[in-house]
Amino acid sequence: MAIEVKNASFVYPNGFKALENINIVINEGERVAIVGQNGAGKTTCVKMMNGLNKPTEGDVIVDGMNTKDKTTAFIAKSVGYVFQNPDEQIFNSTVRAEVEYVLRYFKLPEKEIKERVKRAVQLTDIAGYLDINPLDLPYPIRKFVAIAAVIASKPKYIILDEPTAGQDKHGTETLSMMISELEKDGVTVITITHDMDFAVANFDRIVAMSQKKIIADGNAKEIFWNEDIVSRARIKKTQIGELAKRLNVPGEVLFCEELVEKL
Amino acid sequence: MAYIELKDVSYRYPYTKEQALKNVTYSFERGKFYGIIGENGGGKTTLCNLIRGLIPHFYLGRLKGEALVDGVDVRDWDTGEISAKIGYVFQNPFTQISGIKETVFEEVAIGLENLGVPKDEMIERVINVCEMLNIEDLVKNNPNELSRGQRQRVAFASIIVMDTDTLVIDEPTSQLDPEGTESVFEIIRSLKESGKTIILVEHKIDLIAEHCEEILVMQGGKIAMSGPTKAILSDFGTLDLGTMIPATAVFGHAMKEAGKPLADIPITLDEAVELVERRGE
Ligand SMILES: Nc1ncnc2c1ncn2[C@@H]1O[C@H](COP(=O)(O)OP(=O)(O)OP(=O)(O)O)[C@@H](O)[C@H]1O
Ligand SMILES: Nc1ncnc2c1ncn2[C@@H]1O[C@H](COP(=O)(O)OP(=O)(O)OP(=O)(O)O)[C@@H](O)[C@H]1O
Ligand SMILES: [Mg+2]
Ligand SMILES: [Mg+2]
Repeated sequence: MAIEVKNASFVYPNGFKALENINIVINEGERVAIVGQNGAGKTTCVKMMNGLNKPTEGDVIVDGMNTKDKTTAFIAKSVGYVFQNPDEQIFNSTVRAEVEYVLRYFKLPEKEIKERVKRAVQLTDIAGYLDINPLDLPYPIRKFVAIAAVIASKPKYIILDEPTAGQDKHGTETLSMMISELEKDGVTVITITHDMDFAVANFDRIVAMSQKKIIADGNAKEIFWNEDIVSRARIKKTQIGELAKRLNVPGEVLFCEELVEKL
Repeated sequence: MAYIELKDVSYRYPYTKEQALKNVTYSFERGKFYGIIGENGGGKTTLCNLIRGLIPHFYLGRLKGEALVDGVDVRDWDTGEISAKIGYVFQNPFTQISGIKETVFEEVAIGLENLGVPKDEMIERVINVCEMLNIEDLVKNNPNELSRGQRQRVAFASIIVMDTDTLVIDEPTSQLDPEGTESVFEIIRSLKESGKTIILVEHKIDLIAEHCEEILVMQGGKIAMSGPTKAILSDFGTLDLGTMIPATAVFGHAMKEAGKPLADIPITLDEAVELVERRGE
C-alpha cells in the first residue's frame, strides 16, 4: 500500500504551472519530511496526494486508486490533510464539536467516537480546551485542534503542513511525541516543515523541493551534507551541523551528542 | 529618559477572566534591538499590541498602570500619529494582507499611497523592498494566489517600506524557509544599524542569539526574566521558562557534562567555533 505520484504536473486556474513532472512513492509505515524554499510547490504537491488538487498531467495513485476517478472526500478517508492555515478547515463552535465532526457525519457508534476523540485529544494535548470556541484560541493551539480532527478520522496517511510554525518548546515537543505515537498506531506521517532541527530529529526520509520539482530524496545526512541541494532548496544544516562543518569534524555530524563525542 | 516606559502595567482582554499582562515594568531605550521570547500564550503579542497603542484604542478591556511612548501615555496618543511612528508587523500573516488589492505591488504600496508619497519615490521604495525580500518577480501577482511564505514576505514588506523610526515585529518568519528567515533577520539588523528601535518577537532562538541586544522572556503575562542576550541565553535555567536556548549553548553545557568544558557557554556559531578552537591550544 502506498501513495504513488507518477509524472505529475499541476497548473493553477490562472495558468501558473506550480509542479513539473513529480515522481515519488511513499509507502505505508514511512515517516517523510518535505522541506524546501517558499513557493517551491510543497503545499500544491501534498494537496495532490489527498485529491484536493488533481494533477493536470500524470497520475496520483492512493492504495491502487487513481485520484482522478474518486472524489476528494473519498480519498480524504485514506489521506488526511491538515491545512497550513488551520482557519481554512475549522468551522465548528467548540473544539469538541470540531474533533467529533467527521465521526458524527459518518454516524459512528458513540463508544467509538469517544475512544477516537480521547486518543486524538491526548496526542495533541488539547484536553483543556474542549468546550472553547476554536476561534478564541491562539494560532498554535488552533493548529493542534485541526490536527486532532484529522487524527480522529483515522486516515492511513496524515499530511501535516507546517505544524511547527509558531510553536514554542512545549508545542514542538508535543508534535514530536505525537508523530512517534501515530507511527505506533500504524499511521504514515508526511510533514512539511521549515524547521530543520525538527526534520532531522523526527524523520528518516527527507524530500527536498525547489522550483516546482523534487530535487533530492534521502536521509538527513544525504540531504544536509550536500551543499548543492542545501543551496538550491534554500535550506540549512542544523546549527550543530554547521558548527561541525566550521570545525572540520569528520563524519557529517548533525546532532549534539555526536559532536561532543568527536571532540 | 526611556523611550518606551511601562510602569506596573496590567491588562485584561474584554470578556476574559485572566490578565494577559500582569504588573509589567520595563524601559525600552531608543535605538536598541530587543528580542521577546517565551511560551505560547505568554503575553508577547499583547505587549506588542500595547506598545503600538492597539491596547487600549482597538482592544478595549481593562488597562491599569502607565505605558508611555516618548513621554506620552498610550491612552493619549492619537492612533494615526502613533502608527506613523511605530510600524507593526502582525503575527498572523494570513490576516495582514488587506485583501482589497489585486497585485503584490499595490499591496506593498498601500501605506505610502495613503500618505500621498510622490509616485516615482513610491515605485522606487516598493521595488527596493521587494528586491530585499526576493519577491520582485511576484509584484504583478495577485496576493491571494501566493504560497504562505510568499504572503508573509509581502506582509513584512508592506510595513518596512513605511520606514518608521520604530518597528514592532511579531514572528515575521513563522512561514519562511531558512534562507528567507536569515534575510529577514539581516534586514532587521540593518534597520537597527540605521538607528531604528526594534522590538522583535520570535521563537527561532539561534537567530535571536545572533542578532538581539536585550532579551525579555514572557511567561504567564509577566516578564519572567530580562537582560543582555548573552546572560539570558547561556543560562540553562532559561529552559524552565518554557523557551529554548540556542543549540550552541546546549552544546556548551553538554561539553561540560562530558568533562570537556569550554571556557564559556557559547550562544552563537562564531563564539562556539572560537571556544572549541581555544580549548585545543
Ligand atoms: N483578542 C484576545 N481576546 C481575548 N484573549 C486574548 C486575545 N489575544 C490574546 N488573548 C489571551 O491573552 C494571553 C496572552 O496571549 P498573547 O497572544 O499575547 O500570547 P503570545 O505570547 O503572543 O503567544 P504566541 O506565542 O502563541 O503568539 C493568552 O492567554 C491569550 O489566550
Ligand atoms: N491559488 C493559486 N493560484 C496561482 N498560483 C498559486 C496559487 N497558490 C500558490 N500558487 C503559486 O504556486 C507556487 C507553489 O505554491 P505552494 O503554496 O505550493 O508553495 P510552498 O512550497 O507550499 O511554499 P511555502 O513554503 O511558502 O508554503 C508558488 O509560486 C505560488 O505563488
Ligand atoms: Mg506551503
Ligand atoms: Mg503572539
